[in-house]
Amino acid sequence: MNIDRRSFLKLTALGLLALAAKPAIDLISKPSAARALNGPAAGKRLAMAIDLKACTAKNGCIDCIAACHRVHNVPDIGNRKEDIKWLWETGYDQAFPDQENKFAAQPLQDRRVLVLCNHCDNPPCVKVCPTQATWKRDDGIVMMDYHRCIGCRYCMAACPYGSRSFNWRDPRPYIKVIDDGYPTRTKGVVEKCNFCEERLVDGLQPACVEACTSGALTFGDLKPGTGLYRLVSSEFNLCRKAELGTLPQVYYLL
Amino acid sequence: MYDKGKIIGGLAIFLCLASFPVWYMAASGKADYHPDPVLPAGENQCVESAQYMREYHMQLMQQWRDQSVRQGDSIYISSDNRTFDINLTGTCLKCHPSKAEFCDRCHNYTGTAPNCWDCHNVPPVKAPQQGTE
Repeated sequence: MNIDRRSFLKLTALGLLALAAKPAIDLISKPSAARALNGPAAGKRLAMAIDLKACTAKNGCIDCIAACHRVHNVPDIGNRKEDIKWLWETGYDQAFPDQENKFAAQPLQDRRVLVLCNHCDNPPCVKVCPTQATWKRDDGIVMMDYHRCIGCRYCMAACPYGSRSFNWRDPRPYIKVIDDGYPTRTKGVVEKCNFCEERLVDGLQPACVEACTSGALTFGDLKPGTGLYRLVSSEFNLCRKAELGTLPQVYYLL
Repeated sequence: MYDKGKIIGGLAIFLCLASFPVWYMAASGKADYHPDPVLPAGENQCVESAQYMREYHMQLMQQWRDQSVRQGDSIYISSDNRTFDINLTGTCLKCHPSKAEFCDRCHNYTGTAPNCWDCHNVPPVKAPQQGTE
């Protein structure tokens, strides 16, 4: 076969062009690309702001805690050593032990502070989990896969916020009314707040946010332009134990 | 051969005893026993074909688990392009409401004890409605 220099160059160029087009063609011809994944969207950073000025926990309100524990079948063991906690309240000095100002305003010190998993951007619990039963999703939620948890409790040791609880016994007898919408846990697994990822899938707000009547809780994507971003970037706020470098994503407005 | 009678007799008794479960079952008419899970009335197609579900429901459920929990994608598209919400209590038990009459029948027969129900909820089975149709 005879081929002159001109047609050889033409054919080479054509071949290179076809090679360059291959990734693009692969992309459109892939069957999975035809369907948008309804999973967590990358690029999001879900976070929460808790306005301690508006929160009525100091008056004994536990609407958010009750709602959370009801929809997630959190047992009430009635024994502090075995307590299961997703969302609970604690004293100002307990929540912010690094704020050592003895003369902080009295109303500040008297506040009850709602605490929960901070869904850290740099979660220490994820680093220590030997089975990857806990991991950080693309949208920032630090998830638990109860199927994979072997109950080693490394994550509980690693979490500086005490946000994780261990099931020392079968929790079912301690749940007053079991909600079929969410599984219970079993003896030997660790559990914690999941930012209501099962409700977010259905387009709902987290149960605590929905239950709060004083508007103290704001949940959403922390990106410029959102209400949460405006709130967090315009008002003075604290994160719990920020100096540890875990980058907690629950912001407390004082 | 010494004690021929005793040895052969002993062997015969041993064979009788060893094969007792087989012939006893055959004699009592239970040899062809097979589990009989209650299939949902009014439904003729599960998520995938019945044969596939029979053989591979455990793999399918593990795929559902991983897809929904780990990838956060709770929609399953079956091989014939129907979509299902990935939810053991909400989707599987909607058609198979009675764990005792469906899951347990085969699992007990095969001596399998899956731990799904340690956490996943089995809603109480409602009595069939009467007089409404």
